[in-house]
Amino acid sequence: MESYGYAAPSSVAETVALLASSAEQGQATQILAGGTDVLVQMRSAGHQARTIIDIKSLAETNRLEVNADGIYIGAAIPSAVINETRALQEALPGLLEAADLIGSTQIQGRATICGNLCNASPAGDSIPAMIAAGAVCDIATSSGSRQVPVEDFLVGVGKNALAPGEFLLGLRLPMPSANTKDAYLRFTPRTEMDIAVAGVGVSLTVTDGLCTDARIAIGAVAPTAKLVSAAAEAILGTDLNEAAVHAAGEACKAAASPISDKRGTAEYRRKVVAVLCRRAIGVAKQRIQGS
Amino acid sequence: MARLQVETVINGENKEFLCDANQSMLDVLRDELGLTGTKEGCGTGDCGACSILVDGRLVCSCLMLGVESGGKSVETIEGIAGEEGLHPLQRQFLENAALQCGICTPGFIVASKALLEKNPNPDEETIRYWLAGNLCRCTGYDKIVRAVQDAAAEMSHPA
Repeated sequence: MESYGYAAPSSVAETVALLASSAEQGQATQILAGGTDVLVQMRSAGHQARTIIDIKSLAETNRLEVNADGIYIGAAIPSAVINETRALQEALPGLLEAADLIGSTQIQGRATICGNLCNASPAGDSIPAMIAAGAVCDIATSSGSRQVPVEDFLVGVGKNALAPGEFLLGLRLPMPSANTKDAYLRFTPRTEMDIAVAGVGVSLTVTDGLCTDARIAIGAVAPTAKLVSAAAEAILGTDLNEAAVHAAGEACKAAASPISDKRGTAEYRRKVVAVLCRRAIGVAKQRIQGS
Repeated sequence: MARLQVETVINGENKEFLCDANQSMLDVLRDELGLTGTKEGCGTGDCGACSILVDGRLVCSCLMLGVESGGKSVETIEGIAGEEGLHPLQRQFLENAALQCGICTPGFIVASKALLEKNPNPDEETIRYWLAGNLCRCTGYDKIVRAVQDAAAEMSHPA
């Protein structure tokens, strides 16, 4: 029986080389950042021993940059740190409120939004918010790096687009303009420590009273979080009147393909995702008016 | 497989230990270092009984590998009391009878200490949200919240 190993490489090149050599030797690997999903999975029955590759010693994964050219959130940055970063509170309040909904204070001390993305749970709260904010995955590959929009990074329940030998370095996001704001709302039976029944992330740009740009994404109502272009189109060019906002909600409902489980029936989830869409648009609009 | 050698600082003391690659920090504390004050409740990060501070950041020790503590500074319940006696939080948990079976108590005290370091005068709502990841099946939480409030008052206005 194989046993667990541990490595904390100090460069991206070393990490990629380790992934490649492990693959050649048929040794399974597991990338470790915050570990809040990984350690639980490691203890599940039948889990195969593997080499744990801790990516928290890399300069690249510890990048946290917020400036006029854009935003970079490295894969080693825990939610607690992003939520304490004032420039991010102003730039991406919706993404931060999504990250702040995930787990307890203790979990947020370790958990990363990049890990939430790689884990690819349909109900990962930060994911619709990332999609709405236009986040792009910065992926380390054997030949350098490649960039993949978050909405294309998710390929199924618990499945992401990383090829063998690749790992996620961080997320690049555009710096929102003064008249662009985001919001994330989810519904859970309890206010804390719960998993979304449905969630909606919204990013709006309002210029002279008209919506000139919008991105709307839904979560927990399909195998993966997804961008709903039809919802954004429903409000583009409008003054965000009730009819337009209602149409956006209906587009989210139409894009949902939920399951029924103990948290809610498929029918209920479709109804709730439309309501959350309307409300999240309202929150983002208020943020633009208030800024 | 050879065990890993790790050097860390626990409650201000340099420590060296050997652990397996997949051994949690919780198991290292309890089984390798004899620091059994930190408790295992769920082992999946839901209950907060195993709360510790790592470089000042509150985490669940069950969701951290022991080997990850290398080069870090770790604080556990054993490091909370000073030479002059119990920490105000420990004293106020006793005064308020904020515990029954006691399994969750070390986690609550470590988590509350982290809160008071960040916010010396938290209101009740802040305390309840901060401690939402610490579960207590005995007390119903009211006494715990009062103990934290009383400790905060004591620490900001020492007698």
